[in-house]
Amino acid sequence: MEELANLFHGFAVALQPFNIMVMILGIVLGVIIGVLPGLGGANGVAILLPLTFSMPPTSAIIMLSCIYWGALFGGAITSILFNIPGEPWSVATTFDGYPMAQQGKAGEALTAAFTSSFVGALFAVVMITLVAPLVASFALQFGPAEKFAVYFLAFCSFVGLSKEPPFKTIAAMMIGFALAAVGLDSITGQLRLTFGITELLNGFDFLIAVIGLFGIGEILLTMEEGLSFRGGNAKINLRVVLHTWKEMPAYWLTSLRSCLIGCWMGITPAGATPASFMSYGIAKRLSKRGKKFGHGEIEGVVAPETAAHAAGTAALLPMLSLGVPGSPTAAVLLGGLLIWGLQPGPMLFVEQKEFVWGLIASMYLGNLAGLLVVLTCVPVFAAILRIPFSIIAPLILVLCAIGAYSVHSSTFDVVLMLVFGVLGYLFKKCGYPLAPLVLAIVLGDKAEEAFRQSLLGSQGSLAVFFSNGLVGTIMALGLIALFWSVIQEGYNRLRTVTA
Amino acid sequence: MSSQGRSAGPSHKTVELGVTLAIALFGIIVIAGSVKAGINWGAEGPRAGFFPFYVGLFIVAASAMNFRNALREDDGGLFAEWTQLRQVMSVVVPTAIYVGALPFTGLYLASMIFIAWFMRWLGKYGWLTVAAVAIGMPVVTYLIFERWFMVPLPKGPVEEWLGL
Amino acid sequence: MKRFVRVAFAAGLTLAVGAIPAVAGWEPVRPVEFIVPAGTGGGADQMARTIQGIVTKHNLMKQPLVVINKSGGAGGEGFLDVKASAGNPHKIIITLSNLFTTPLATGIPFSWKDLTPVAMLALDEFVLWVNADKPYATAKDYIEAVKQAGGTLKMGGTGSKQEDQIITVAMEKATGAKFTYIPYKGGGEVAVQLVGNHVDSTVNNPIEAVAQWRGGKVRPLCVFDAKPMGYDEPITEGKAWKDIPTCKSQGLDIEYLMLRGIFMAPRAAKDQVEYYVELFKKVRETPDWQEFMKTGAFNTTFMTGADYAKWVETEEKRHETLMKEAGFLASN
Repeated sequence: MEELANLFHGFAVALQPFNIMVMILGIVLGVIIGVLPGLGGANGVAILLPLTFSMPPTSAIIMLSCIYWGALFGGAITSILFNIPGEPWSVATTFDGYPMAQQGKAGEALTAAFTSSFVGALFAVVMITLVAPLVASFALQFGPAEKFAVYFLAFCSFVGLSKEPPFKTIAAMMIGFALAAVGLDSITGQLRLTFGITELLNGFDFLIAVIGLFGIGEILLTMEEGLSFRGGNAKINLRVVLHTWKEMPAYWLTSLRSCLIGCWMGITPAGATPASFMSYGIAKRLSKRGKKFGHGEIEGVVAPETAAHAAGTAALLPMLSLGVPGSPTAAVLLGGLLIWGLQPGPMLFVEQKEFVWGLIASMYLGNLAGLLVVLTCVPVFAAILRIPFSIIAPLILVLCAIGAYSVHSSTFDVVLMLVFGVLGYLFKKCGYPLAPLVLAIVLGDKAEEAFRQSLLGSQGSLAVFFSNGLVGTIMALGLIALFWSVIQEGYNRLRTVTA
Repeated sequence: MSSQGRSAGPSHKTVELGVTLAIALFGIIVIAGSVKAGINWGAEGPRAGFFPFYVGLFIVAASAMNFRNALREDDGGLFAEWTQLRQVMSVVVPTAIYVGALPFTGLYLASMIFIAWFMRWLGKYGWLTVAAVAIGMPVVTYLIFERWFMVPLPKGPVEEWLGL
Repeated sequence: MKRFVRVAFAAGLTLAVGAIPAVAGWEPVRPVEFIVPAGTGGGADQMARTIQGIVTKHNLMKQPLVVINKSGGAGGEGFLDVKASAGNPHKIIITLSNLFTTPLATGIPFSWKDLTPVAMLALDEFVLWVNADKPYATAKDYIEAVKQAGGTLKMGGTGSKQEDQIITVAMEKATGAKFTYIPYKGGGEVAVQLVGNHVDSTVNNPIEAVAQWRGGKVRPLCVFDAKPMGYDEPITEGKAWKDIPTCKSQGLDIEYLMLRGIFMAPRAAKDQVEYYVELFKKVRETPDWQEFMKTGAFNTTFMTGADYAKWVETEEKRHETLMKEAGFLASN
């Protein structure tokens, strides 16, 4: 009950006029950051962090966390409209969101994405409100072996989904792993696969690959088919929101599953990206409409967006209660807390009640405000597709170049982006799936790092991955997910043969 | 795709074989780099090149299978018609020039010329519209990135001269 | 009266105009890039962004100070970038120990001598931490336990072949005990791994572990400095940073402090260096900076010019010896 009283006090804090103003400003800035590729949430928050020093800490964290919500919302916009994910966790949103936009259903896709984001976040906030201390201790159980198991599970629940030839899938995935390995090996501290080229020191950033493979590649494909984006006939009035809302309750099961996956991934802290992929993979496998995924199925937008947003929100919990960030953006927020003289950690909830509950209240209000802001803008976003291709295409190309540049402030990355763009075009035409490649770039080095950390700790024994109940369960789930696709495929083939 | 007589172009098979070979080459580079980093399983678990080495092997092996499959299937389909490829190249080539010029001219000047070229050449817009978009976009970019978010973007002699 | 005001105003104006060139010979004419050779959210990043905030809040610069992270290749990306910007006075870099360790471990073509030293802002302390549930009360107890375990006890640290691992190897050399060193990405993660009992000890900086200490989850055993830290405000259970004994007094004769210093691009003019030295002097005087120093229990030594260069040179030699002994030098 005391929590509830605290929460209401928090609402009173968050609802002060200055804080409301700060909240809306944060959301708008966040959406802009999310839309512009390269200016990701972490960068955006880091850039704006010093500007908040002159504010009271509670207002400052409200503003920064609202930027974070805004960026989470905003990432979906370019994924759906142009197939360019502004953030790693919006990649899975492109799989069905972009086809929907091409079919003239951009408004529906955006509404579904925003609403699911809100649902995911709300679920996570309620969880934070009710069971924060319990969850924090769960997060402590995750050492390297458990983390590897989570990445393994994320991978297994996603692979085996594509209809492309298996050897092409393997080749694509392995290319992703190889790209992820370039640069500094974090375990031995030595450089690998850089061949003495200093530009390769940073390795291949995920965003550059994605901007190129998805964004530029798509523009090239569009050029081949003639000079226009499809989907310009999208409805651009607000009725589409209500219309989509009527459809959404049918996917409650997918939503709930995605919320749980998201919360789990956010706390552990594996992050929003594996959450979105895993959620999409599992939804595809378990849904009745699973076979239609990838061709503009609304459920394929709901699943990754719900999970990503739930994870993004849940990631703030270990940050506050343990001082360990669940995402890069949370890491920057953490730095902010320290600068304002607040020490995240076990004592924060006891010593800084006003701050913590003000923040939690702002999570409720910030997400609600965010949802209202982005929903009212749905017609505007959908109308972007009506701009003629020969105006919008050069603008997108320039924005992609800026995005690629601003990741490392390096013009070499812009060249890489174009190379990835041509590759994306060729791969798509030759039937190589891009999703496993991207997933491998995102998770490859993290998984390898966790794997080798585990082996260091176990003196080289592989038994560490089954050494306790938690890690063993996750590994087993992963193996089931992996073989499920094999079994199902075999079963289906058997059935078609006999039929 | 099947109408071969009227519209010519590279066959799908040729391009696919080319892509497969390129991927295999990439795999070989990865293997070479991994060997340099050490591929054995040391006392403390795998060394830096262990994973990339097997990843490279997988790439080469998968490419070999893909190569064989590509050789087998010959439906005589086209990868794309020459006119289509010309369309694609009309984006790739200017973008390549744009990307190559960026470090020297700075982002803003290059973007203005690139946008103007694209709109005028492919969209056949009037000069007024072209100028409005080509100048407006970089100015907005400047305001958002450099003024608002304080993210420095590449600059060239023109910006230097303007003192930005 | 009116006339007097006008005269006074004019006099004030001439005074003000006359005063400017005397105070600062050179000033930035464009935004200054503040390079951080580490990721967002880490110790160096926090310090850089605090400085940026202080500069903005107290209006210490006419041009904005823009923080840019260039963390690739253990910071090599940032160092090479500044090295390549010779003669550009609008670029400064904050360093940590990777100024020495990265070129030595990876063999990238860089040395601190490529840069122009500006000022040492502070030194970061290292403390030996264990989980509070473990029975080790002193460093001696713990080292004894490590020896008993014969190499199975785990030391968690940030990065590979960097400061944390160097200290670990130095401890092994000094005591004959053997650790299993496990590298993680960031200091905060290391501290949490210690709380979760996935590692047995860490050498976290104070700021990385203070939250867990206050929460009673970890226990400091000793600090790797010549004298105890100077902050006597109690943190938890009446204990303050000052109460942590030096490792030397515990029979562990190791000192290690990490540089938090500022460098400029090569070939910087004297008055340009002078400008930044003055700037950081002003930063150090603000209450915000002092608060930050207290939170992180930093050693607030400040050095500039020849003293600073000499200190860096000695440190570089020391790192080279330490890393050579540990076998951390790049093979090529």
